[in-house]
Amino acid sequence: MGKIEWAMWANEQALASGLILLTGGIVGVAGQFRGWQFAAYAVAAGVFVCLLEYPRSKRAKGTSVERTGQYCFTVCVKAFGPLTRNYYVRAFLHAAICVPGGFMLATVLGCVCLGIASLIYLAAAIRGEHWEPILPRKEIRKPVGESIKNPPQNPPPRPPPEMRRKQAGDLEKSAYDNPMSVTDDE
Amino acid sequence: MANCIVNYGFSSFILFVWMAINIFLFVWFYFFYDLGPQFFYTRHILGSALAWARAPAAVLNFNCMLILLPVCRNLLSLLRGSFVRCSRTMRKQLDKNLTFHKLVAYMIALMTAVHTIAHLFNLERYNNSRQGVYDELSTALSDLADTENTTYLNPIRITNLQIPTYFGFTSIAGLTGVVITLALILIITSSMEVIRRSYFEVFWYTHHLFIIFFAGLVFHGAGRIVRSQQRTNPPHNTTFCKDHPDDWGQIPECPIPQFAGGFPQTWMYVIGPMVIYICERLVRFIRYMQSVRYKKIVMRPSKVLELQLIKNGFKMEVGQYVFVNCPAISQLEWHPFTMTSAPEEDFFSIHIRSAGDWTDKLIDIMKKVPEGAEGPNLVFLLTKFLFALRLGVDGPFGTASEDVFDYEVSMLIGAGIGVTPFASILKSIWYKFKDSDPKLRTRKIYFYWLCRETHAFEWFADLLQVLEKEMEERGMGDFLTYKLYLTGWDQSHATHVMVHFDKDTDVVTGLKQKTHYGRPIWDKEFEQVRKENPTSIVGTFLCGPEALGKVLEKKCAKYSDVDPRKTRFYFNKENF
Repeated sequence: MGKIEWAMWANEQALASGLILLTGGIVGVAGQFRGWQFAAYAVAAGVFVCLLEYPRSKRAKGTSVERTGQYCFTVCVKAFGPLTRNYYVRAFLHAAICVPGGFMLATVLGCVCLGIASLIYLAAAIRGEHWEPILPRKEIRKPVGESIKNPPQNPPPRPPPEMRRKQAGDLEKSAYDNPMSVTDDE
Repeated sequence: MANCIVNYGFSSFILFVWMAINIFLFVWFYFFYDLGPQFFYTRHILGSALAWARAPAAVLNFNCMLILLPVCRNLLSLLRGSFVRCSRTMRKQLDKNLTFHKLVAYMIALMTAVHTIAHLFNLERYNNSRQGVYDELSTALSDLADTENTTYLNPIRITNLQIPTYFGFTSIAGLTGVVITLALILIITSSMEVIRRSYFEVFWYTHHLFIIFFAGLVFHGAGRIVRSQQRTNPPHNTTFCKDHPDDWGQIPECPIPQFAGGFPQTWMYVIGPMVIYICERLVRFIRYMQSVRYKKIVMRPSKVLELQLIKNGFKMEVGQYVFVNCPAISQLEWHPFTMTSAPEEDFFSIHIRSAGDWTDKLIDIMKKVPEGAEGPNLVFLLTKFLFALRLGVDGPFGTASEDVFDYEVSMLIGAGIGVTPFASILKSIWYKFKDSDPKLRTRKIYFYWLCRETHAFEWFADLLQVLEKEMEERGMGDFLTYKLYLTGWDQSHATHVMVHFDKDTDVVTGLKQKTHYGRPIWDKEFEQVRKENPTSIVGTFLCGPEALGKVLEKKCAKYSDVDPRKTRFYFNKENF
């Protein structure tokens, strides 16, 4: 499996885990289950994980496909700098977040899925991957050459006047009337 | 609207039937469990969550049965063969197998979510009831144990461990449930479009978790924890006895209620498809073991490898594809390639483009073989280089391209490497023409090739040149109209063309037909086809990107007439 960027799969898995944690948490709170406090935590944790994982990273090789409307999330996640860029941080963060989910049946599935996502992120980090924001490409206008500011002062060189003089014998050639004199002896 | 019916009618019908069955199963089993008197006491503890868990379970049984079938490509190929005399629309349906597989998968995912959430409520309520949190009746029901004259209702038998999680992980249903749901989630996340298109290996290997899924699914109901009340003699009158739980067993109207678990049914649904799928894999394995001999190996420009192969008893039709496996590169990977040779030839060929790990490695290995080696010389060289560059070939498998000769008029559109099935078709036309084959119903073919760069043209341009010459010799210039579109042109191309404008043949391809630049204007093309063929049925075939497929589908619908005497466009799409 040579060229795979594990982070891409880890991202999908983590996003799914976030949603599952959130759902399990909502069920636990709405049903007033035993240990509903863990469920309430899972709701918050699920939302946090979803927000963190929603913006896709830019791929090292190949075209990156954005998720719909991810630009604002990209900006937020980018603001945390190395904390979100580094996948070791993400791996440990997800591992830590998922632990309290294991204490209640409704959230245990989210916990295990997030744990798996954390492992895949660890694999990604070991392979040296990191998170890159996908930003809209700015239009680069071709820089206008310096010479536009310095137009030439002199006309281009011309051949000697003998050649430029009109040939009176040849009517065809001298049919053209120059608006300005092109000989220098007038 | 009418155009929609013409083009999408049959698919919509199949989807409608499938959805109707799903809805029927859900509603039927919901009311079975919500109103059935044998579940009265069960419902007393669990409420409506019982029905909410069992209804999706029924839908899941149905869909897990269906999900294996669309991916049995040998079975589908067999069905296609037996439908040769059937109408056009039935065969088009089989092309949508992958789409259907995904749809069934989404339904499974949705129903799994509902089923799991409902069971979370059930476990919570069973647990609470066992702790005596609910009313007297619930506690009495939960206290019923498995002794010589009582049977239990509440599957949670212990009282000292208070959490549902314990039961969840120690019961068969709970443990298998968690494991198979986890497998399902991993399968789904690795099947997302992004992962599938970029890292096929991850998708393919993770997808094999379905084995765990089905194994767990079959045993999921073995614990029989959904209990219903059994008939006793004398009968237990629930309406009266529910208010007197203390008197059970002591008064004649209320003998102790007996319960038994429901018989696990899932295996009945899935055993058939599982057997079919095992047969499918067996067929693939047998085909893999059959020997494949090399006839010729050619390296084409822009990293395209042509392999001409011979296999005993191999019979193909136009535009079909094969799955190729090279154990020297990877034991488990099978990759699909459309065949570029015609059935009339005594070998079959595939053109493989460099597009990932597996193809790159194959091309690297083949590069080591000297250029243009053929026949016995090739065998000698191969044995010299690599004693085991054996290939496994599974197939051929049918695609929409088989239908191309049935249409009076065909529009063939190939984008980039998507032109490969059409190479097979055009070659076959050439052979059929030479033999004046009466099976050829086609009287006109429009061929559009869209490509980004010029040097990828070469191997195909040769074919077109030969065809062009042959057709001119027989005075059949009209039969094939082809248009080539170079979508990746730049200033230097344009200049070159301007300079050589007057030449008879095209500067890029050497063909009489000039190359167009940029993308085709489909409205104009469809108009032209419609004008030239006012009363025909036109089959449109595309091998290329999704986006183009959507555009063409719309144009087909737009330019089709509901009146069967006028022009109608049918759209077919290949998809890998």
